[in-house]
Amino acid sequence: MSRLGAVARQIWQVASIPLLAIVLAFVVAAVVIVVSSVFTPTGFEPLLPIAAYGNLLAGAFGSGTAIANTLVAAAPLILGGLAVGLGFKAGLFNIGVAGQFLVGAFAAAVVGAKLAETPAAVGVVLATVAGALGGAAFGFIPGFLKARTGAHEVVTTIMLNNAAVLLLTWAVNDLVRAPGFTFPRTGPIGNSALPILLGRNLHLGIPLAVLMVLAVRWLLDRTTIGFEIRTVGQNPNAARYAGIRPVFITALTMTLSGLLAGLAGTIQMLGVIGFYAPGITASVGFDSIAVALLGRSNPIGILFAAILFGAFRAGAPLMQIETSVPVEVIDIIQALVILFLAADLIVRRLFRIRAPKAEIVELKTVTQSWAGGAASGSPPS
Amino acid sequence: MDAIGTFLRLIWELAVYLVVVLPDMLPIILGLATPLALGALCGVIGERSGVVNIGIEGIMLIAAFFAYLTGFALHNVIGSGPSLVLGIAVAILVGALLGLVHAWLTVSVRADQIIAGTMMNIAAFGVTGYLNRLIITPSGLGGAGVIAPFHLPTALANLPFVGPILVMFFNQGPIAMSVVFIVIGLQIALFRTKWGLRTRAVGEHPKAADTVGIDVYRQRYQNVIFGCALAGLAGAFLTLESTGSFQNGMTGGRGFIALAAMIFGRYTPIGAFGGALLFGTATALGVVVNVRIPEGDLGTILKSIPSFWYAALPYLMTIVILAGVVGRSTPPAADGVPYVKEGKG
Repeated sequence: MSRLGAVARQIWQVASIPLLAIVLAFVVAAVVIVVSSVFTPTGFEPLLPIAAYGNLLAGAFGSGTAIANTLVAAAPLILGGLAVGLGFKAGLFNIGVAGQFLVGAFAAAVVGAKLAETPAAVGVVLATVAGALGGAAFGFIPGFLKARTGAHEVVTTIMLNNAAVLLLTWAVNDLVRAPGFTFPRTGPIGNSALPILLGRNLHLGIPLAVLMVLAVRWLLDRTTIGFEIRTVGQNPNAARYAGIRPVFITALTMTLSGLLAGLAGTIQMLGVIGFYAPGITASVGFDSIAVALLGRSNPIGILFAAILFGAFRAGAPLMQIETSVPVEVIDIIQALVILFLAADLIVRRLFRIRAPKAEIVELKTVTQSWAGGAASGSPPS
Repeated sequence: MDAIGTFLRLIWELAVYLVVVLPDMLPIILGLATPLALGALCGVIGERSGVVNIGIEGIMLIAAFFAYLTGFALHNVIGSGPSLVLGIAVAILVGALLGLVHAWLTVSVRADQIIAGTMMNIAAFGVTGYLNRLIITPSGLGGAGVIAPFHLPTALANLPFVGPILVMFFNQGPIAMSVVFIVIGLQIALFRTKWGLRTRAVGEHPKAADTVGIDVYRQRYQNVIFGCALAGLAGAFLTLESTGSFQNGMTGGRGFIALAAMIFGRYTPIGAFGGALLFGTATALGVVVNVRIPEGDLGTILKSIPSFWYAALPYLMTIVILAGVVGRSTPPAADGVPYVKEGKG
């Protein structure tokens, strides 16, 4: 019994600040909902947040379908969160998940459509590999640039996100547009679609995402590469003295991070969307950052954080339909969660708790490499 | 040999073409550069004092929205002119308030500066999207329009050589026109005044500055708030001077291109302005090429490049420039490092 108590205490130590940050975010968002209700035709509604959150909960967990939707929405967030989290471990901030997601989705859609008639095993495997490699290649670019020139990934990945949207739109228009449709899109993926395992929409990508959680955990905790990644993230200079090449690790980590983000796009493409068309949105980009921060860049933490944000995304449409509270309130909640994690001082003071600091130590390396360059993966000048 | 000859001829033709279309491009370059320049100045002032701000994009977006909202709500009450002026004032105020938030997070709470900026960008996306769907979209109404640009007398505009330059700087709305003066003013202020010296001291060696009695926290608060007010002005430019409307995510990465312009300009106001003009020129080229196509092979080539590639040009250029200059552009020594006053651990 006392052992169970010890475990519970341990979990509370790790999870208390993230959980309380979420509670606080919902409280502040409730204030936003009440205040902004003044500007709507229905006028001031003090009880609107309760109705909104009730519908959010119902839309996320209220029925078998709702729970399935939550898991489907969570799967790409698990992979996107792992992508950002793995970057953090090496002291890198990959804001480019949105772009890598799109490139991965595009590559999977194109290869999937080409192999639509082949047996499912061939189509699914090759399309998935194509998507993962597409994301990896798109992640390699900022990684290589950071390693070679010191160009900070925070700017280059955002620029690549914007460029990816435009260039993929061009590619769908001019290179791979499928005939017979009224709008530019890729062809049907036929047999390359991920098999549905259960019910209407629980596809193979969901267990794949969980499997990747274990794979990343194994990579970080049990391999030499993982050790080197963590060392570079905590202190690039010490890593250099220890004979680790930060340049190599930086490029490699961004590539692996891009691979995970590309895989997120792949399972969304082959398991949910089915074809690439301009304008497919990637809210996964920002969501992944929130997921990684909330999960403290720990793979298991990321798994839980992704399910939570998957629930928000799955439940939000019902909330908007029933209570007219815009789905964008989820983005506001997300920003607030990050705010209360970054300024966990507020949480501690408010709830009078004494947990260890919730910060991710490798973030120091991210910020230092913006300013100094000395602490980054760039070679000493 | 032949291939090289053709290539050289094409390069020459491109150079000639650029000179020929320059007068067409000049009037739009400054407008395209304005939000980038103001954003870059926000970055310069902040980072010179030691505070990194990657939330410029978000601050611009929120200010753009509230500037538009002010015009939207008031132009039927007080007329479109006054509502536009009030919109600009609101944008500056909103920028300054968000600057206060960023300063509090980074200076007082000592939160991670990159994460604080990220939070600002996500919040901006959420808040503007939320209010847009709640207030503006259902009304189906328009905004207050745009501020009319100034027009030079034709006699001046038609002057040889000088004319196009005058047009570039003076056939503009008030915000774009004011950018030049803000840049010059800040360049002088940063390197020739007490405020500038204190700013640089706090950004390079806060402990030394503290020792001689400069209030490091206060200086950083001042700079971040003032810089973010400029980012707010950039937001007002987007909705009230450039487009006259608001779309979700309309800043389109300008806040980040501005950071590249800042690094390109080696953390000086004039240099950052030069960087912004460079990006403005790249964007203008994409616009002009579609309107005035050169003759011959060059025209065929330029026309064969899809418009999406021209649209992506500023983003790709940002990456190339950043990779090229970042090693030679030295940021302030204490950039991104929170200051802990001794005995306050």
